[in-house]
Amino acid sequence: MSMTQQAQPAVTTPPAPGPKETDGRTARRPLALRLLARPEVGVFLGAVVVLIFFLFAAPPVRDGSSIANILYQSSTIGIMALPVALLMIGGEFDLSAGVAVITSALTASMLSYQLTLNVWVGVIVALAVSLGIGLFNGWMLIKTGLPSFLVTLGTFLILQGVNLAVTKLVTGNVATDSISDMDGFEQAKAIFASTFDVAGVQVKITVVWWLVFAALATWVLLRTKYGNWIFAVGGNKESARAVGVPVTFTKISLFMLVGFGAWFVGMHNLFSFNTVQSGEGVGQELIYIAAAVIGGCLLTGGAGSAIGPVFGAFMFGMVQQGIVYAGWNPDWFKAFLGVMLLGAVLINLWVQRTATRR
Amino acid sequence: MTDKTTGTHGTTVQDTPAHGDRPLVELRGAGKSYGNIRALHGVDLEVHPGRVTCVLGDNGAGKSTLIKIISGLHQHTEGEFLVDGEPVRFSTPREALDRGIATVYQDLAVVPLMPVWRNFFLGSEMTKGPWPLRRLDIERMKKTADEELRNMGIVLDDLEQPIGTLSGGQRQCVAIARAVYFGARVLILDEPTAALGVKQSGVVLKYIAAARDRGLGVIFITHNPHHAYMVGDHFSVLRLGTMELSADRSEVSLEELTNHMAGGAELAALKHELAQVRGVDVEELPEETDLKASAAATPEGKS
Repeated sequence: MSMTQQAQPAVTTPPAPGPKETDGRTARRPLALRLLARPEVGVFLGAVVVLIFFLFAAPPVRDGSSIANILYQSSTIGIMALPVALLMIGGEFDLSAGVAVITSALTASMLSYQLTLNVWVGVIVALAVSLGIGLFNGWMLIKTGLPSFLVTLGTFLILQGVNLAVTKLVTGNVATDSISDMDGFEQAKAIFASTFDVAGVQVKITVVWWLVFAALATWVLLRTKYGNWIFAVGGNKESARAVGVPVTFTKISLFMLVGFGAWFVGMHNLFSFNTVQSGEGVGQELIYIAAAVIGGCLLTGGAGSAIGPVFGAFMFGMVQQGIVYAGWNPDWFKAFLGVMLLGAVLINLWVQRTATRR
Repeated sequence: MTDKTTGTHGTTVQDTPAHGDRPLVELRGAGKSYGNIRALHGVDLEVHPGRVTCVLGDNGAGKSTLIKIISGLHQHTEGEFLVDGEPVRFSTPREALDRGIATVYQDLAVVPLMPVWRNFFLGSEMTKGPWPLRRLDIERMKKTADEELRNMGIVLDDLEQPIGTLSGGQRQCVAIARAVYFGARVLILDEPTAALGVKQSGVVLKYIAAARDRGLGVIFITHNPHHAYMVGDHFSVLRLGTMELSADRSEVSLEELTNHMAGGAELAALKHELAQVRGVDVEELPEETDLKASAAATPEGKS
């Protein structure tokens, strides 16, 4: 590299050292230790431990169809945990994610049933509504500068009320009417809620979508500009803005991505159960957030992965179904969740301290 | 000079000598008022390629206001602000950046948990491939970041380490190297040594010299006259929003500079009063006449 030397220096320019030289102050830590410091490796080991535990504690789990069932349970959590995790890496979180799923399903269901339209019209409108909710959350956040906790808590309460009130107003009931005999239902069901056969085991298509979305999210996060911006706006918003990262765009689009996830899961619910219970979804947002945190995403933003929440969601699905297969009282599920969450947070904290230690 | 080519370091350096003595950035009687508060008044400043212009001053002297005007965060309300000889008025930092004026703030502009190379290219990432598959060119970014850092004399073991694990001085240096790489012609450094230890300050000063040797005009804001004197070619001392001293290296000694910074002129005026008070030793204080270098002081002077 050529350098143009001009002025008379009072302090001389340091010589550019050769490419192989290092400053030699940081000893290279063993591979195993470096791997362990990665949050997604920690949650992977956690998932393996939970799996082995239930393989012994609950013999029915060893069956292929049980595994498929566990994966299905995990996928419905996991599909939402992905955008929630990206949003968390971007420094925000969304309390309205749980009820937004129901809002989306209700929109599609009631619109196509009441107006006797092809279900695809309802599906498309529901997508618009879901993205709109995300846009509103993001826009409010940017405009008011309030913490996302407050903004999305507001949206959560609004949607919870609207879900129930509008459904009662339109159908006179707390659930929507079945749309299983409407135009386009079979088509939509094939995409959102079909089942396929793998070596005699029935696997739900959401498992495939879950893994496809996870791969996509990982690629975006680690290999694209946008992924770089997600880390930056979560890690230090002001710095990101100062070097030219479009902070507003990144934050709002992340909320809209959560909207997309809510739409997808909402459509799955609708097309696998034909009707929607308007009061559901409350509490699910915390499950998504917990899956992301267990998956190694930093609650304060700036660190995490897309693959971690996949294992986080798997741990949830495993525990939820495993307790049933083991014949225990399902009430233990929430207690298990709490323990896993606290454990994950403590590990995260330790990792962050290690990573930023001078 | 709008042919700034980001991504090809060196191009902006080679064409600087053609401009001869014309300053890259010049302030003529510039000032700034916030409502009825006059934060800055009648400031003259010139930044030449390959020279370090030091701006010194105590807290509240107007240093921050001065750099905010040049870096595009605020606009001046009086006087003139010229870049390459033409009057300008920036409304965003982006406009200043587009004219090659980069500012390195004390804490700002790095994301601690992100790897060094990602921080280096943050906001101006290199990509490859057509749109739906457009992805980061990680290989090239790492290589470039490594080369650029080495050119500035910064050697890091691992570009993958979070930048938060670097020392304060190293982080400053990465920020400086980044500004140099992205085509900065004028580098504004806002108290880069303020929070650093002696050794770390030395490291940063070394990179200021390296940036200067690459032909950049450097504005070095500091309240430490010793640091300023080690690399500075020109010294401007701000006091209560006005220019108290503007002198080339040849016209001022470190001692005089220190006196000005320590409020020497005011202390000298106080000397006679203090002499009346019992128990105050005034022998060591300089006389007003010793501070002859303050020839460039603005007519308004101090209160």
